[in-house]
Amino acid sequence: MSITHDEIKKIAHLARIKITEEEADATLKKLSGILNLIEDMKKVDTTNISPMSHAQSVTQRLRDDVVTETNQREKLQKIAPEVSDGLYIVPQVIE
Amino acid sequence: MSWDVVIGIETHVQLQTKTKIFSGASTAFGAEPNTQACVLSIALPGTLPVLNYEAVQCAIKFGLATNAEIAPRSIFARKNYFYPDLPKGYQISQYELPVVGKGSLEIEIGDIKKTVRITRAHLEEDAGKSSHGAVENGTGIDLNRAGTPLLEIVSEPDMTSASEAVAYAKKLHELVQWIGICDGNMQEGSFRCDINVSVKRKGESKLGTRREIKNLNSFKFIEQAIYYETQWQIEMLEEGKAIQQATVLFNPETGETKAMRSKEEANDYRYFPDPDLLPLEITDEKIREIKESMTELPHLMKARLEHDYQLSSYDAAGITSDKHVADYFFATLKEGAEPKQIANWILGQLFSKLNEHNLSIENSSIKPAVLSLLLKRIQDGTISNNGAKQLFEKLWVNPELEIDTLIESEGLKQVSDSGLIETMIDEVLKNNQAMVDEYRSGKEKAFNALVGQIMKASKGKANPGQVNELLRQKLVKF
Repeated sequence: MSITHDEIKKIAHLARIKITEEEADATLKKLSGILNLIEDMKKVDTTNISPMSHAQSVTQRLRDDVVTETNQREKLQKIAPEVSDGLYIVPQVIE
Repeated sequence: MSWDVVIGIETHVQLQTKTKIFSGASTAFGAEPNTQACVLSIALPGTLPVLNYEAVQCAIKFGLATNAEIAPRSIFARKNYFYPDLPKGYQISQYELPVVGKGSLEIEIGDIKKTVRITRAHLEEDAGKSSHGAVENGTGIDLNRAGTPLLEIVSEPDMTSASEAVAYAKKLHELVQWIGICDGNMQEGSFRCDINVSVKRKGESKLGTRREIKNLNSFKFIEQAIYYETQWQIEMLEEGKAIQQATVLFNPETGETKAMRSKEEANDYRYFPDPDLLPLEITDEKIREIKESMTELPHLMKARLEHDYQLSSYDAAGITSDKHVADYFFATLKEGAEPKQIANWILGQLFSKLNEHNLSIENSSIKPAVLSLLLKRIQDGTISNNGAKQLFEKLWVNPELEIDTLIESEGLKQVSDSGLIETMIDEVLKNNQAMVDEYRSGKEKAFNALVGQIMKASKGKANPGQVNELLRQKLVKF
């Protein structure tokens, strides 16, 4: 499994993580190691084994459709950097 | 050059639950900003989603209504992208294993029936709302809507014109309201469509490059947007240019579609199973239980109305377009009026009144019992159809009025005394020899003219059925 330097930069960009060229090289090595491990694992015959989507074999608990949350805006907005008229304010998003 | 149009539709249906899909925060519309945005809605670290059973039931109902496979096991996935109204940085959706699989929906375009295949329907959460320019150089975020349950319904590209696309959207809109999973309010965004449009040369099997028109919330816009988009693509191709895959927005002001600035890697969502949620398992028993709780589906009821009550396809479609209309029909029927007549009056008089006053049928001032009695008075010959229409107007304003008293006080009682009618007929025949002669020479129109004269002589009160019958008899003998 090969991954390129450019792909590392792309993944970093998608995750909005700023990395230097050196960091990209170091990450490339680490990620390649993981991907190679996966390649090795893929060699195992998994015919007739259904894929897992969770480590535990339990199923989703369901909640009744009842309102349990109260209005906590005042409390929650105390930790926000900026609010106005009940809205959370973020830097201008240009469409 | 002739072109084929290919259309597929993704619909976001807001599910009618009291709370959000993964938290107990209210989903009521119109609340003050962020008063329904709990710790989970604003994505505080450490919060965990717990799935709302009602949302799952809504999805199952939809699956059952479209003859779809309900997945015994389905998985929630994270769809990763950055936008301020999505504070977690991912939307919880379903990817590889959706709750509802392949199904279908039958649509009608005029007299033509067509089956549109449904690829899948999956549960997901809605994002919040951004208001640009809320403050200077800033965007305001309201997270009340964040986490509202949605069912995204994806169709196969089975539609070939704007009218088919609108027929599909309307049918789906009727269905989700009928089965009670969505309030259908398009202005409030409860039902919105993304339309994928492409064109190809007539007969070509390979699909053309598609463009996706985002977020249409009216049937009129759907029609206009598809029409414009199709023309635009055909013009491009005829000029020898290629279509670039893009997301476009429809501008209702200009009636045009325009590509959004395409962001590089915009569609690289890096889906993966959400480790915060376990697989959703649905047992056959649960499905059976929900199936038994569901009301008769509109297409089955329509067939029953046509078969059991001899309603025309058009009338049956009108009655089954809305659950409340169907309920009104059956309530009136239960009171003893005649089914065809009920359908005529609901779709005619009642609908035009409701439209005039912008009311839905549940809020009609004339209730089924009153309408039924009115129709029974036509049936038993007490009043004419026209007389009933006059009474309908009075009853609309004042539904408390007693019908039989009103018939007397308005002098609308029909004359059904055959002796009296015969006397009037004799009088009219004597004074209209010319018309009688015309009728004798084979002009059927003259017969209607004579009926008109008799009705006039009775001041509109003679029973028209009786007048017709007696006049025929008289003319034979005369």
